[in-house]
Amino acid sequence: MCSRFPIELLALALIGLAGCNSHARTLPTSGQPAQEGVIDTALTPGVGHSLTTVDPRAAAYYDNLEAVMTGKRLFGQYNCSGCHSNGGGGMGPPLMDDEWIYGGRLEQIHQTLVEGRPNGMPAWGGKIPDEQLWQISAYVRSMSLPATLAAQNGTTASQSPAAVPRDADGDNGWSAPPGTTNDYTTTLQGAQ
Amino acid sequence: MNKNALPILRTRALLLCAMTVMCAGTRAQTVPVPAPTPAEDVFSAEQIGHALAQPTPEAGKTAPSPANAPPDDGQWTMPTKNFAATRFSSLTELTTDNVKALQPVFTFSLAVNKGQEAAPIVAGNTMYIVTAYPNYVYALDLTREGAPLKWRFAPKPVPASQGVACCDVVNRGGTYDSGKYIFDTLDGQVIALDADTGKPLWRTLLGNINAGETLTMAPLVAKGHVYVGDSGGEMGVHGWLAALDESSGKLLWKAYTTGPDSQVLIGSQFRPAYAGEQGKDLGVATWPAQSWKIGGGTVWGWVNYDADFDSVVYGTANPGPWNAEQRPGDNKWTAGIFSRDPANGQARWFVPLNPHDEHDYDGVNEQILLDMPFGGQMRKVLIHPDRNGYIYVIERSTGRVLSADPFGPVNSTRGIDLKTGRPIVNPAKQTRVGQEVHDICPTASGSKDWEPSSFSPQTGLIYIPHENMCMDWMSMPVGYIEGTPYVGARVHMKPGPGGNRGALTAWDPVQRRPAWQVKETFPVWSGTVVTAGDLVFYGTMDGWFKAVNARNGDLLWKYKVDSGIIGQPVSYRGPDQHQYIAVLSGVGGWSGAVVSGPVDTRDGSAALGMINAMPDLPKYTTAGGTLYVFALPH
Repeated sequence: MCSRFPIELLALALIGLAGCNSHARTLPTSGQPAQEGVIDTALTPGVGHSLTTVDPRAAAYYDNLEAVMTGKRLFGQYNCSGCHSNGGGGMGPPLMDDEWIYGGRLEQIHQTLVEGRPNGMPAWGGKIPDEQLWQISAYVRSMSLPATLAAQNGTTASQSPAAVPRDADGDNGWSAPPGTTNDYTTTLQGAQ
Repeated sequence: MNKNALPILRTRALLLCAMTVMCAGTRAQTVPVPAPTPAEDVFSAEQIGHALAQPTPEAGKTAPSPANAPPDDGQWTMPTKNFAATRFSSLTELTTDNVKALQPVFTFSLAVNKGQEAAPIVAGNTMYIVTAYPNYVYALDLTREGAPLKWRFAPKPVPASQGVACCDVVNRGGTYDSGKYIFDTLDGQVIALDADTGKPLWRTLLGNINAGETLTMAPLVAKGHVYVGDSGGEMGVHGWLAALDESSGKLLWKAYTTGPDSQVLIGSQFRPAYAGEQGKDLGVATWPAQSWKIGGGTVWGWVNYDADFDSVVYGTANPGPWNAEQRPGDNKWTAGIFSRDPANGQARWFVPLNPHDEHDYDGVNEQILLDMPFGGQMRKVLIHPDRNGYIYVIERSTGRVLSADPFGPVNSTRGIDLKTGRPIVNPAKQTRVGQEVHDICPTASGSKDWEPSSFSPQTGLIYIPHENMCMDWMSMPVGYIEGTPYVGARVHMKPGPGGNRGALTAWDPVQRRPAWQVKETFPVWSGTVVTAGDLVFYGTMDGWFKAVNARNGDLLWKYKVDSGIIGQPVSYRGPDQHQYIAVLSGVGGWSGAVVSGPVDTRDGSAALGMINAMPDLPKYTTAGGTLYVFALPH
């Protein structure tokens, strides 16, 4: 059961991607605003693993170390580090941990940057070029990657960020935390 | 979990990590407390302490003037207790002999789990409390069993204000005067409530959160004026102190900290003690072009009204950005102490505590107004323990520094030059762009931060709650973007010499030396109160509320509360004529952000470098927010 569960998810994710690719032609590929359609947040527990509306613009920032490194530079230049430090937080929440208030997929981070959030996150859509918002999103997404955390040397986090692998955001739904027994999603799906 | 199960679980965890958006390691990793700065890295008090005259204790007894500290009526109507800010309670029911029987008589949940820095205010038979954001106000009826709620008020500050609050969403308390409870809100309002009903009498919006301005300080009310200053020195704001009419909330005057004399309210009344503070429009000339407009100099700490001279005295905060290479010059009038005419706000004198500050040494700490023997005669002085590590004795009539001695480890400066009033810079600890300077003492939050000291006329000692921390600092270029942090520094704090991160020091201002000291594991971020029973009360960040002997520091009583304490304890006489001690628990603030955060301890630069020094605090306490009131059994 344990090993089968992720494979099922992977299959679902691939279906999701395929669906999105076919859907991509109808979405804008650049510019602001980008709020056409609804991006499923994947924050809702459920068994359906509904197809995710993947923003096709995100694709270019996966497996792209240059984007992450540019994002790292911009993260400092736009004073993101003033609130979020080097991922550890302060005035704003940490970004290197495993808690995402508004979703942690690359496109969700981008959406947060564009729209802002009510407890103090400013809205940067239309103020910072969209390309740069994606690059910052890629760096933020990288902060919590195992590879980035493993590469930390010293007491300042996120200084050697890894590229964001495409499968880092492969799960389009909710998954039980590691080590969960009697996982109700698989039970409901009739798994062994 | 048995060992054999581990590989399987790990495989599963890795697979899930690759699949999920939320699996990025855990925050449970143990991050060690860094090694302390070696003792030989700092100067001794003998090397850097200076005074204009030798101690002359025979010239008189140190005490506040009656005008600044009228006879104690048993209430606690303002955070500082009186204009002198002695925080001395003349109540004598509690003594060094009986305090061991002290016990809680009632508690009250504040319903806010953020840093609680306010003093409970007692006026008549009612206690008033304001919480951290969202700044709830509670009035408790002390005449009834259990002190039930009399009324409550929710000011509903704008949630986005949380995003421009530099160091937790704290509030340093309201104050009572003439039937009104007056406090400010994080989003920039000053509000006067009818103390009997909790209904707003007036609301004045003074701060603009879009520019990074918040309000967190405790307003001062004196002779019909309400004094409020802004917070946001890390956001590139233009700092100010405002005077409002107490009855209407109408703005009477606003004195900016930087800019032309017309905005700073410098004119013919200005007679600074030092030549370096004289000249036209120095609040512009000592900055690169236009930088004064975003230069900080906020007024978020303590404001005193000095009845002896009919003046308002307060400190200004650090200049911005922290990267000092971007602002060559003195950066007037940041990081110093102003004396002003309350009628029109016009400046009278200015003491330059940290001109061209390079270490985030705000000048906003408390000031205690005393009459003290110095140089063979009694002088009217102001005593100010600064972030920079020196405790200043300043003559109130002139603004001249009489003495300045280190009360904690210092190496960022080599003493205060009493001819200019300025620190003697230690070039080895100046901050630089792109170069990490190690073991600068004190740290950015100072030898002490906002947490107020108390003074007992019985012992002649000042009870200073403080820190013992140093730091590594690297400046970096930073651009100004409105409403975002304007800092430009990467800081990593660490324990100071000895490893204890905090201490309570009883300081003898006449002899210019400590009488005794109690070391604490964590920074002492609570205020102190001292009573006529020779008891000093203070709280620790790991949740102990303590009473020590005011004459020798001996621990006489302690009580474990639900969360760390960073508030201001008070002592009052209840309606039943018994003595009570009250304090808020609720850890947070800059030093407690690691608990009230959330913050990830794996990034030592988090919360402006404070996290590096405090990774272990979550092992000792959790966030909370509760009023505790203690008394002897009766």
